[in-house]
Amino acid sequence: MTEPIVQYRDVCKSFGDVEVLKGINLTIDPAEKVAVIGPSGSGKTTIIRMLMTLEEPTSGDIIVDGVNLWKMEKNGKMVRANEKHLRQIRGDIGMVFQHFNLFPHMTILENCMVAPIHVKKENKEEVRERAIEMLERVGLEDHIDKYPSQLSGGQKQRVAMARAVVMRPKIMLFDEVTSALDPELVGEVLEVIRDLAQHEDMAMVLVTHEMDFALDIADRVLFLDNGVIAEEGTATEVIEHSQNERLQSFLSRFRA
Amino acid sequence: MTITVLLAAALLAYTMAFIAGLSKLSNSVLLRKVTSVYVEVFRGTSLIVQLFWLYYAIPMLFNIPLGSNWWIGVIAIGLNYGAYMSEVVRSSIVAVDEGQAEAATALNMSSFQRMRLVILPQAVRMMLPEFGNYTILMLKSTSLVSLIGLRDILYYGDIIRSTNASATPIVYTVVLVFYFILALPLIWLTRKGEKIAKKGATTT
Repeated sequence: MTEPIVQYRDVCKSFGDVEVLKGINLTIDPAEKVAVIGPSGSGKTTIIRMLMTLEEPTSGDIIVDGVNLWKMEKNGKMVRANEKHLRQIRGDIGMVFQHFNLFPHMTILENCMVAPIHVKKENKEEVRERAIEMLERVGLEDHIDKYPSQLSGGQKQRVAMARAVVMRPKIMLFDEVTSALDPELVGEVLEVIRDLAQHEDMAMVLVTHEMDFALDIADRVLFLDNGVIAEEGTATEVIEHSQNERLQSFLSRFRA
Repeated sequence: MTITVLLAAALLAYTMAFIAGLSKLSNSVLLRKVTSVYVEVFRGTSLIVQLFWLYYAIPMLFNIPLGSNWWIGVIAIGLNYGAYMSEVVRSSIVAVDEGQAEAATALNMSSFQRMRLVILPQAVRMMLPEFGNYTILMLKSTSLVSLIGLRDILYYGDIIRSTNASATPIVYTVVLVFYFILALPLIWLTRKGEKIAKKGATTT
């Protein structure tokens, strides 16, 4: 059996008085593709934001590649992780956001080069080659010197994915990456994700509303409801054969 | 004299603005408190009084001469405008979309890299028009240094006027024109700054 790349152990998260996640237990294997579905407000996004260190869990542990993400040992006691500890682990994780979050003051190519050069201190020429290669792969080789404001939403999201992959993460997180797009642009973004899922051996966690797509590429689907994982299994098990009533009613909304 | 005071005071003001603006966003409570005191004291009192205080009161109170009156003019104007402009720095940094910092974190940038590579370049673009405005105001404030005996444009105007009272209207008109001519490049720069700011403000 392979060691899991990520483990959630009884992870809870509250925002003020609102308990968003009520004990998440989850194991993700290296190279596994996991889709997270569920009604809005069910805490899907919070799950991956905690892994990206953008949100700190209220309780519980998240273990990344054998290391506790949010806690570290100090003088024999487990204390809250500091920035240095987080940074060591965070390098293995990449994320694509709903609203792209490209850097508007940099060209497309610069967006893809800035982190490898400054964060990983890699050779500029090598990074440049790799970034161009990646941008070709997402079909944007003609736009590398443009600024994000000159691109369509679908193109921006493809840049955002190239930017994340150039960092060579072991885990990629996708936060509703097609939700902010015009319907006709969704396809081109899903194509890129499909390509990554098939050809990259990194683990992927997709928070998505694209049911058919999730069914198609995910090894495992989680249905999140009321802050817990209410149902999980292979895509076919969960989407086609589940007896969970809330899941059925949730899915029926996508089958007009 | 007007120009050297302006340049030196502007340099000091920009520096103070960034130091104070960034301090106000720091995690350290002490740093934030100290900065607040500086900003509120200099915003809450008039520039003329600050000028006189530095020029007359400090040397008498503490027996330390603050160098020439040129330096005092620069320090007073620089600190005063630095206090105002620190608010511009702070609010521009806060105005940069939160997603930018999150994307920087997701790319594993350190907090310093996040500021230097992602937040500040965007925030500075937003600051430019306001900084231009304040610099023009600063130019006009330099006329106050004639009150502590610096030989700026207004000082010479006053000298000429005192020897020839009938020339009063013409003297002040010339002084006016002088200031306007000096302000022209600043106005032009501010316009330019606004254009750059617009380009940087396009989201995502």
